[in-house]
Amino acid sequence: MTEHARETMEFDVVIVGGGPAGLAAAIRLRQLAPDATVCLIEKGSEIGAHILSGAVIEPRALAELLPDWQERGAPLNTPVSEEAMLYLTESRGYTVPMLDRVMPHMRNHGNYIVSLGDVCRWLAVQAEELGVEIYPGFAGAEILEEDGRVVGVATGDMGIGRDGQPGANYAPGMELRARYTLFAEGCRGSLTKRAMAMYNLRKGVDPQTYGLGIKELWEIPKDLHRPGLVQHSFGWPLDDRTYGGAWMYHFGENLVSYGFVVGLDYPNTWLSPFDEMQRLKLHPSFRKFFEGGRRIAYGARALSEGGLQSVPRLTFPGGALVGDAAGFLNVPKIKGTHTAMKSGMLAAEAVAEAMAAGKAEPASYTRRVRQSWLWQELRGVRNIRPAFARFGMKGGALYSGIDAMLLRGRAPWTLHHRHADNEVLESATVSTPIAYPKPDGRITFDRLSSVFLSATNHEEDQPVHLKVRNPDLWKTVNWDVFRSPESRYCPAAVYEAVDTDTAPRLQINAQNCVHCKTCDIKDPAQNIDWVTPEGAGGPNYPGGM
Amino acid sequence: MKVLVPVKRVIDFNIKPRVKADGTGVETAGVKMSMNPFDEIAVEEAVRLKEKGIATEIVAVSIGVQQAQDTLRTALAMGADRAILVLTDVAVEPLGVAKVLKALVAKESPDLVILGKQAIDDDMNATGQMLAGLLGWSQGTFASKIEIADGRAVVTREIDGGLETVSLALPAIVTADLRLNEPRYASLPNIMKARKKPMETVAPGDLGVDVTPRLTTLSVAEPPTRKAGVKVESAADLVARLRNEAKVI
Repeated sequence: MTEHARETMEFDVVIVGGGPAGLAAAIRLRQLAPDATVCLIEKGSEIGAHILSGAVIEPRALAELLPDWQERGAPLNTPVSEEAMLYLTESRGYTVPMLDRVMPHMRNHGNYIVSLGDVCRWLAVQAEELGVEIYPGFAGAEILEEDGRVVGVATGDMGIGRDGQPGANYAPGMELRARYTLFAEGCRGSLTKRAMAMYNLRKGVDPQTYGLGIKELWEIPKDLHRPGLVQHSFGWPLDDRTYGGAWMYHFGENLVSYGFVVGLDYPNTWLSPFDEMQRLKLHPSFRKFFEGGRRIAYGARALSEGGLQSVPRLTFPGGALVGDAAGFLNVPKIKGTHTAMKSGMLAAEAVAEAMAAGKAEPASYTRRVRQSWLWQELRGVRNIRPAFARFGMKGGALYSGIDAMLLRGRAPWTLHHRHADNEVLESATVSTPIAYPKPDGRITFDRLSSVFLSATNHEEDQPVHLKVRNPDLWKTVNWDVFRSPESRYCPAAVYEAVDTDTAPRLQINAQNCVHCKTCDIKDPAQNIDWVTPEGAGGPNYPGGM
Repeated sequence: MKVLVPVKRVIDFNIKPRVKADGTGVETAGVKMSMNPFDEIAVEEAVRLKEKGIATEIVAVSIGVQQAQDTLRTALAMGADRAILVLTDVAVEPLGVAKVLKALVAKESPDLVILGKQAIDDDMNATGQMLAGLLGWSQGTFASKIEIADGRAVVTREIDGGLETVSLALPAIVTADLRLNEPRYASLPNIMKARKKPMETVAPGDLGVDVTPRLTTLSVAEPPTRKAGVKVESAADLVARLRNEAKVI
């Protein structure tokens, strides 16, 4: 319909996604090949608008990329000074002793508490100074392929009405053609998903397993604020079959980052990650910090937890996957920024080499990853996340202690991920219902007032970007068997089962979507396809988030 | 016909502004900024005048910090021909803005200045009127329709309870209301092309204008949160509560 009207622009490299991986790749490319034209597009309204992370980051990759990052004013301002890992029961918190030895991955000495959005905004400035062209507000909507090779992406059309027809303000998408295309969309990227299918990149590797992170940013009274404090917890309120835990980081000017991650391989269909996150704030180990404070932002994002076993083939003719689009998160460290950046840098090195040699596929990327500290690091921790899936939360914790203290990550075996997250949900009749407390409006909140604080906006008159492939399947599977799990796992109240007493149907409030991608992952029948809405739509996470 | 369009960089309309903890203002650090929506409407109207062959050149102006460049680039991507950034770190007040614009009008000699009726950050609704006063030009504020013919601008104004149509001798000042038009997207090809359009930077001092603020902000506070309501049992209960608790009757 619109092909003929599209304009085209040619670049040496197009990068889809302005997170740490994409920006690091862009910077590295211009460092290595100053004449190469590099274009980066980002679906958020600005760089940082869709970035959501804790975040405690390890500056290792940053120091390799920009050794003078401190002089350049990188916003890494709060060093970690104090840390605790708590095991929670309903009313008490027990500090894990000798954290350094039992959970060496959690050692955060030398790391910084940051707003990853602010770090990305800063990285974008560095990239632009090096001549990278950055275009926020434009989503990669389509992969351009010719003769079996990716030759770029097309941005989405703007101004398409809800009925799918061009409206008065219609502006066609644009073809960004490139010799090399890097997908840096983060976890479960929509184009990454297509590239994986087109080139069969997941053949022979474990299914990816995911987590959902939900975060709030608080401003708390000065006398309660302990800059540099890092507090994690596991145990209550999750049962032994559910992987997850909470974080709390004190940083900046009286800011507190609080959040909660749930492994999306949870079995109980009644579980609501959002409500778990809310009720955990009432635990005495956390509540004391929230009294008298105010919540200033909210958001959510899925993350890849599969580790090494789930990393797909990384390259294809005309491009590569970088960062969490490939799945380089280090789960026991609960950090993925340094690995994402490192993978972006290594891909850039491979692309620079391929460009000079005139090769279609930046194949040396895989070798570069395998020879780097990134691979070493992921190899050492590869058994920990699957151990939790296999032995439960307590057994997994025990295994990871043994793995860390006795085996030191050198176990001669590799535990595998046996199921995709959507396959393990149990039916509503088998699952135990969970009674969540009502929000108090001070410390705990409901979904809608939360979504409001993500400053999410989508142009109202556009097609729904959450595509239910087979609408009938919702009734027979999602409703009849699981009682609409999407209305519970969605942290943004996008999905609602309505008319449940008469003729149940699914209502999709797409304008609430914070682009976390959980529905694309967890839908039991894989019947929901998350595609990019009109560019600049979605959350607008503020500075500090 | 040359059209001058001033545009302001403000906190994006999607963002809920947050008052700084010390009550001195609104937090802007790390907050998403965009072009004032009424100014987008003003740019759109100028571009439409150009597309109709009435306007020949559109000059976009912004007064503010270096990042106001981004706002000007948006105006250029929408269709403005060139841009002027009046660079200052001072939060310039409407009178200061009007004086700067007066100096630019003297330099550029436009036939029409289209402004947004107000900026969504301070809601002053003053700059257009002040500029008309300083220049001694005709003004058509709150415009929902503009027609240019025979050296005059016929402007339909949105007023309380209806519409008023005025005919202005050019040169003139028009301020844009919400219903004037629906601004277009700055498309990616146009954003790329806008990078090559000329942008000039001047300082208020270069224009001979002193923009030092004259207003003092005493304090900025969020509106008090509304208390939860109660359901009354009966009319008598309502009267009793109004009398004894609210003490209003």
